[in-house]
Amino acid sequence: MPDVTTHKTTNAEASMQPSTETQTLVRIQDLEKRFDLSGSWLEQLQFKEGKLQRHQEFVHAINGVTLEVQKGEALCVVGESGCGKSTVARTVMGLISPSGGEIHYDGQRIDHLPAKAMLPYRRRMQMIFQNPYASLNPRMTIQQTLEEPLRFHQPGLNPSEVGDKVHEVMHAVGINPDWGKRYAHEFSGGQRQRISIARALAVDPEFIVADEPISALDVSIQAQVLNLMMDAQEARGLTYLFITHDLSVVEHFGTRVAVMYLGTVCELATTRELFANPRHPYTQALLSAIPRLEDDRPTHIRLQGEVPTPVNLPSGCVFHGRCPYADQRCRTEKPQLIPTAGGQVACHAVQEGRL
Amino acid sequence: MALLEVNHLDVRFALRGGDIQALRDVSFSLDRGERLGIVGESGAGKSVAAFSILNLIAQPGYIAGGDIHFDGQTLSAMSEHQLRQIRGHRISMIFQDPMMTLNPVLSIGEQMVECLRAHRRISHREAREIALDRLKQVQIPSPQKRLDQYPHELSGGMRQRIIIAIALLLDPDIIIADEPTTALDVTIQAEIMALLLELCEQHNVALMLITHDLGVVSQVTQRTLVMYAGRIIEQGPTKEIINDAQHPYTQGLINALPQMADPGQRLNQIRGAMPSLNAIPSGCAFNPRCDFATEHCRHVMPEFVTSGGCQVACHMVREMIEEAQHHA
Ligand SMILES: Nc1ncnc2c1ncn2[C@@H]1O[C@H](COP(=O)(O)OP(=O)(O)O)[C@@H](O)[C@H]1O
Ligand SMILES: Nc1ncnc2c1ncn2[C@@H]1O[C@H](COP(=O)(O)OP(=O)(O)O)[C@@H](O)[C@H]1O
Ligand code: SF4
Ligand SMILES: [Mg+2]
Ligand SMILES: [Mg+2]
Repeated sequence: MPDVTTHKTTNAEASMQPSTETQTLVRIQDLEKRFDLSGSWLEQLQFKEGKLQRHQEFVHAINGVTLEVQKGEALCVVGESGCGKSTVARTVMGLISPSGGEIHYDGQRIDHLPAKAMLPYRRRMQMIFQNPYASLNPRMTIQQTLEEPLRFHQPGLNPSEVGDKVHEVMHAVGINPDWGKRYAHEFSGGQRQRISIARALAVDPEFIVADEPISALDVSIQAQVLNLMMDAQEARGLTYLFITHDLSVVEHFGTRVAVMYLGTVCELATTRELFANPRHPYTQALLSAIPRLEDDRPTHIRLQGEVPTPVNLPSGCVFHGRCPYADQRCRTEKPQLIPTAGGQVACHAVQEGRL
Repeated sequence: MALLEVNHLDVRFALRGGDIQALRDVSFSLDRGERLGIVGESGAGKSVAAFSILNLIAQPGYIAGGDIHFDGQTLSAMSEHQLRQIRGHRISMIFQDPMMTLNPVLSIGEQMVECLRAHRRISHREAREIALDRLKQVQIPSPQKRLDQYPHELSGGMRQRIIIAIALLLDPDIIIADEPTTALDVTIQAEIMALLLELCEQHNVALMLITHDLGVVSQVTQRTLVMYAGRIIEQGPTKEIINDAQHPYTQGLINALPQMADPGQRLNQIRGAMPSLNAIPSGCAFNPRCDFATEHCRHVMPEFVTSGGCQVACHMVREMIEEAQHHA
């Protein structure tokens, strides 16, 4: 097999020996995001109990998330669909505005910045999406797709410099630079995702938010794209916020992991610690459900019921309805994140020493 | 004789630019109560293989050759009317999207009763009893209430449980499940797979499980068939395939899994991508991606060779075996 033995990345070493001084690149502070489901003001009016009443309904997508992304790390956010991963990603990128809380980038609060002041950050932070079919403009050639962000963010570059840069990133992601005249539809899913990565890399970002970047790809292609992302991290000193529902990818790729459930972080730990010693009951259930090659009879932890809707958030711990360890306190009082050996966990049972 | 036997199946799609061959010389069998996994990347032909069994290939697809035998009958020679007696009755299908099976305007109970009474002479009340019993078997919470609910009122996981209940309704001999849990979250996927496994064992139903997830295959099936570009390239006992794959493609697929590399190290990627069906390379279709390919591989299509309990279509494997025999 190619490259396996010759190329040793330092990701693993980096995660095993955390440098003594970690530097926060991105800080997400008490983030909240509600989506209003009730439509226009007129649509909100309902005739109830003999009078007109205003009725509003919200999706509580993010409910107080605090996370710090350290320079040079890959912070993975995992959780099942609807737990708010993409909403965190989009809020960090400034694509949607938070309902509460703050986003800081390199020491500067950015969540309320006017478009013009945000511009430099739009270059320093780039995003890669899940669907490589939808995220590339079908009417643009690959060359045009890659030139566009360069012309926008670096208007000082002359055409030959732009050309050189495009050539360089195409080469870096393993797309033949001679294919620049082709359109996105002429490429396979894996190649399109390479092009999306090239587009993100073209403007020399520091920070990349990747929202399920390999989930739509086949196993053999997933490996190629993950390798590409790891190579780019090493070569360019990138920091990642990597969002996925695939825990085996996290185990491999992540420096640290945040596990989300119904818009809250229930556990945060170094990857190694999380997989070796998951503390939160939800993390334990999630890890036990990974279909692994080695065991023939899955013995996964069965959870009761299904994830409740974020329209009516459960009281107390958001996980209590499905948790085997829930008691009265769990049903009424919201657990706060408390420090553990390798990170933080929000669970009364852990705090009380019941678990 | 096996419960299901597929011999030399050849399926084509008649497209404007000419026919493309979606399945070439696909042969396999399934015993009563056996669980068979079909793995491969998207576009390899897994669904086409499954759909062909019940002649569910839609235009412009057609079965161009081969035969299919089920329990002493030749499915491939049956009329549409005869096939309808088998579909959903003796062979059920479960799809990735439950809405392929569910009718959105009928309640769960109505659909199940309708399905039962189409195949059995029983009263409405009896049918409803059986339906309720099946819903209990799939461990759905408040089964009585579900009978009167509509598909849109249920979550994805719950719908897939209903689908399993419907698949089991008429005590089938075979369930063909095409990526039944791919759209579900891992905790739900684990529950659904455990349920499917348990019920198939309990009722001695054979399962043909199509998935791209090798982990799922290794946990659920006894035998596995690996497809690449419309052909089977390796088949054998699941344990052997997972632990000691012979075909370079199967090896590559398994080695590419994140768990096969040390954390933080590069993954063992296979270069390139599976070809589309209108551009399949000559010889072994995998040759442009294979580290062991020789001139021979580029020109001659490999035949199956037996290696341990597996059948492998690879020149390199054949040569290694012949060499070993020569020295012995
Ligand atoms: N634009 C929107 N309008 C209304 N609800 C939304 C919107 N975007 C996301 N949501 C809801 O917010 C919750 C979190 O969604 P999302 O962040 O996409 O989750 P994930 O990425 O973890 O699957 C979900 O319940 C989703 O339905
Ligand atoms: N309706 C169709 N028209 C043309 N080609 C088709 C059609 N359905 C499937 N194919 C071809 O058959 C191949 C195998 O498809 P399929 O069995 O769905 O793959 P998978 O292994 O992902 O289930 C595809 O690559 C595609 O080229
Ligand atoms: S706080 Fe209570 S309900 Fe929540 S996870 Fe811990 S034990 Fe379970
Ligand atoms: Mg998402
Ligand atoms: Mg398919």
